[in-house]
Amino acid sequence: MTPNTEVYQLNVNGKKCEVRDAWIGESLLYVLRERLGLPGAKGACEQGECGSCTVIMDDQAVCSCLVMAATAIDTEISTVEGLSVDGKLTDVQDAFVNEGAVQCGFCTPGLVVAVHNLLDTSPTPTDIEIKEAISGNICRCTGYGRIFEAVRSAAATRQETNK
Amino acid sequence: MKNTVSTNTVSINTVSTSTVSTDTITGTRREVRRDILGAPALRPDGADKVQGKFAFSSDIWAEHMLWGATLRSPHPYARIVSIDLSAAFDIDGVEAIITAVDVPGKKTYGLISSDQPVFASDFVRYVGEPVACVAADHPETCRRALAAINVIYEVLTPLTDPERALLPETPKIHPDGNMLRYQKIICGDQTIQGEIIVENTYELGMQDQAFLGLEAAMAFPDSGGAGVDLVIATQWIHEDQKQIAACLDLPVDKVRVTLGGVGGAFGAREDISLQVHCCLLALKTSRPIKMQYSREESFYGHVHRHPAKIWIRHHATNEGIIQRIESKMVFDGGAYASTSAAVLINGITHIQGPYKCESATVHGFAVRTNNPPCGAMRGFGVVQACFAHESQMDKLAVACGLSPVEIRLRNAMRTGDKLITGQVIESVAPVERCIRETDAIPMPVPLARDANPLELVGGSGLTSLPQNIVRGVGWGVSIKNLMYSEKFDDYATARCQLHDGIVNLKFATAEVGQGFVVLAPQIARSVLGVDEVILDPVDTRIGSAGSTSASRQTWMSGGAVDGACRLVREQLFEHVGKIHNIDPLRLVIEDTDIVDMIGDFRISVIDASTGAHFDQTFEHHHRPTEELDENGQGNCHVAFAFVAHRAVVDVDVELGLVKVIQIATAQDVGRVLNPIAAIGQVEGGIAQGLGLAVMEEIVLDNGKIRNPSFTDYLLPTTLDMPDVIAVLIEEPEPQAPLGAKGIGEPPCISVTPAIAAAIRNATGRDLPRVPIRPQDICL
Repeated sequence: MTPNTEVYQLNVNGKKCEVRDAWIGESLLYVLRERLGLPGAKGACEQGECGSCTVIMDDQAVCSCLVMAATAIDTEISTVEGLSVDGKLTDVQDAFVNEGAVQCGFCTPGLVVAVHNLLDTSPTPTDIEIKEAISGNICRCTGYGRIFEAVRSAAATRQETNK
Repeated sequence: MKNTVSTNTVSINTVSTSTVSTDTITGTRREVRRDILGAPALRPDGADKVQGKFAFSSDIWAEHMLWGATLRSPHPYARIVSIDLSAAFDIDGVEAIITAVDVPGKKTYGLISSDQPVFASDFVRYVGEPVACVAADHPETCRRALAAINVIYEVLTPLTDPERALLPETPKIHPDGNMLRYQKIICGDQTIQGEIIVENTYELGMQDQAFLGLEAAMAFPDSGGAGVDLVIATQWIHEDQKQIAACLDLPVDKVRVTLGGVGGAFGAREDISLQVHCCLLALKTSRPIKMQYSREESFYGHVHRHPAKIWIRHHATNEGIIQRIESKMVFDGGAYASTSAAVLINGITHIQGPYKCESATVHGFAVRTNNPPCGAMRGFGVVQACFAHESQMDKLAVACGLSPVEIRLRNAMRTGDKLITGQVIESVAPVERCIRETDAIPMPVPLARDANPLELVGGSGLTSLPQNIVRGVGWGVSIKNLMYSEKFDDYATARCQLHDGIVNLKFATAEVGQGFVVLAPQIARSVLGVDEVILDPVDTRIGSAGSTSASRQTWMSGGAVDGACRLVREQLFEHVGKIHNIDPLRLVIEDTDIVDMIGDFRISVIDASTGAHFDQTFEHHHRPTEELDENGQGNCHVAFAFVAHRAVVDVDVELGLVKVIQIATAQDVGRVLNPIAAIGQVEGGIAQGLGLAVMEEIVLDNGKIRNPSFTDYLLPTTLDMPDVIAVLIEEPEPQAPLGAKGIGEPPCISVTPAIAAAIRNATGRDLPRVPIRPQDICL
């Protein structure tokens, strides 16, 4: 491969990260995983159908497999790795573990990011809002029952803490 | 091209678990203090998984690694005239290209018969069959190199109709012939003609396991090529090891397989996919090789659920009592054998369903075609049989003027009944209870006149008019064998070490999401009274655990862990008995202490094991089974589990759209070892059965998959899943080491016919084929 000689910079989880020697056609998912040491976002469909690669770009949940990395300069990107502070699980992460929403766990990072995005924008979602909000995240193991419970529980905990 | 940052070393997800747990943290739900058997213990890998720290096999990265990729046949059937690699070798960054001539050992592999080439050399027999592999510095370089390989094919007429594969005049497409297996079952009175006779022909499309974590592996060559380490997402590391070693012409112990993090399996990881290719490239280049399929490639790169066509005729009395079944079952095995022979046996031996039947005439055929190879998927042949027998039960009910519940109760089998194979059901068989408890679950509220339009069929499409929506109810009940059948000794091995109050468990059991990593420590805590349990890496440095399939690991690997822990407990009691001068037979574990049943002596397990080291390995074997004889008679299965499903659906009869509203289920589980894990299996299985009922199908056109993507192969999302109300029936199974039956497969089996029946109930249509498409309903 003849790499691109230009260097570009991405803002990921509050840090500036330089991307060097990269082929310009690489997706944000590839660059996060293979160049920046952030394998939390997963590739499963490579066409924006399954949500496993969900990251937040300027407050919007996006499928990082559909974003060209080089076009993501000047945006603020946060990945699942940037959620917990000092290894302490967030309310959403905690709820996923406690409610049994994790089985194989491949969809989990994308779902956790999507649920954070949901609760940050809509702190008291109805059941149908929850279903709509995460309908772009496919889980093949759980049948979603425990995932609903986790989202409901995280929303309730957040309500309780914010009182 | 170099990676600038190393993401992951070969981290293998070792987990340490202890019992401080959530009750103290959340203050809710828990009543059991320790995470022993029966407690809602939490997954020890959960925290890593929610933080994106858990290393799946696709997350592994190594210094100086290369990427591997596979060239696949574009034709369902063709002769390879020539392969020209020269243009591909000229591409900068390409380090190796291999074809069939580079396979040093056995040129073929396969789980039952070794009929599938590592690389096609003379003929390609399905679209997607591997022809060559490349290793290069970047995935994009790999793509370009694959495009530059020039293969000249002489295209042949493919055999894509399984019925045509049955005809003797059809040319053979493989030296082993077109019949993968034929087996009949002849039992009882062959002349019975029932007062009531119902018959039909049923069909099922090809379903994909669609695990989310794509096939991925990393191979590390030994210097000098004397051996190889493979880290891979698989279901059965020892079977992989055996098959890889044969193809590489290496001693088995020179192929060391370690389980990488597995993103779901559902049967699709039981066969070889990229294992041999990845190791070959590593040995050829002397560098680590990372291989990872794309989603499209994954559709071509693993086996699928067999499409089937089942003709079936039931003979019954006017009262609805089944007297005889006749059936012809044809399973399309695709181009290579995989596990078709075993899938077929499951199909024919379960065609009676969970119902008594004394006479049967069954002919089962698994045939070879130029369609994609089919093999294991959750339910393994029983899904197909169940769709047919449950559809028939509803026909019988109508013919006899009975309700779907009554016809099933009248025929429900019990422990001690004889199957059409002559095998007596020794398992606990609470079929009647499954049906009654499901029936007792409240029905959902009727569709409200002012329902939120988002909740109607069609959802946010807002397409449905309330007056076109019809509600239907349907039933499905099933029987499923557990473990491998027909003489296969699929034993499991586990090692337990106890020192200073800490237990280390070692086993080769593939954790694919099902939760053995949470169950194994629960067993150790229950048997040994410890809290801290460390799970050692899952690799081939211990005996086989068999495959994570056939609903078998709780029973088999659970039995092995239980056995190893019990042996250690015996040693511990002897040790304590000797020091404290007590007969070890008087000692028992109580909570985290060792106590004298008769006297006052008490010592904590931590104190008793401090400074000592106990180490035991145990193999658990299930009871032996037999092969079927010529007439399909024999004790071929180990044990059985049962389940009932009731589906409620809303159907837009104008548009042909379906929304499943509720699934009620009662499942025979033997014993609940972990309620969180159990409900997860039940709900997850139901989602997959729902998929087969109304949306999931690999659409084939002359052997080519028309929908190899998640855009076109539809999977259930949050909006497709109904409320699931589940009852777990606990009647401990005496044969099972922990009293618990496998629970993975049953949930996905009878939910499909239940949903189909509910749609029939709403529409009045025959609907003999799943998945049921909109055009089947409204055209």
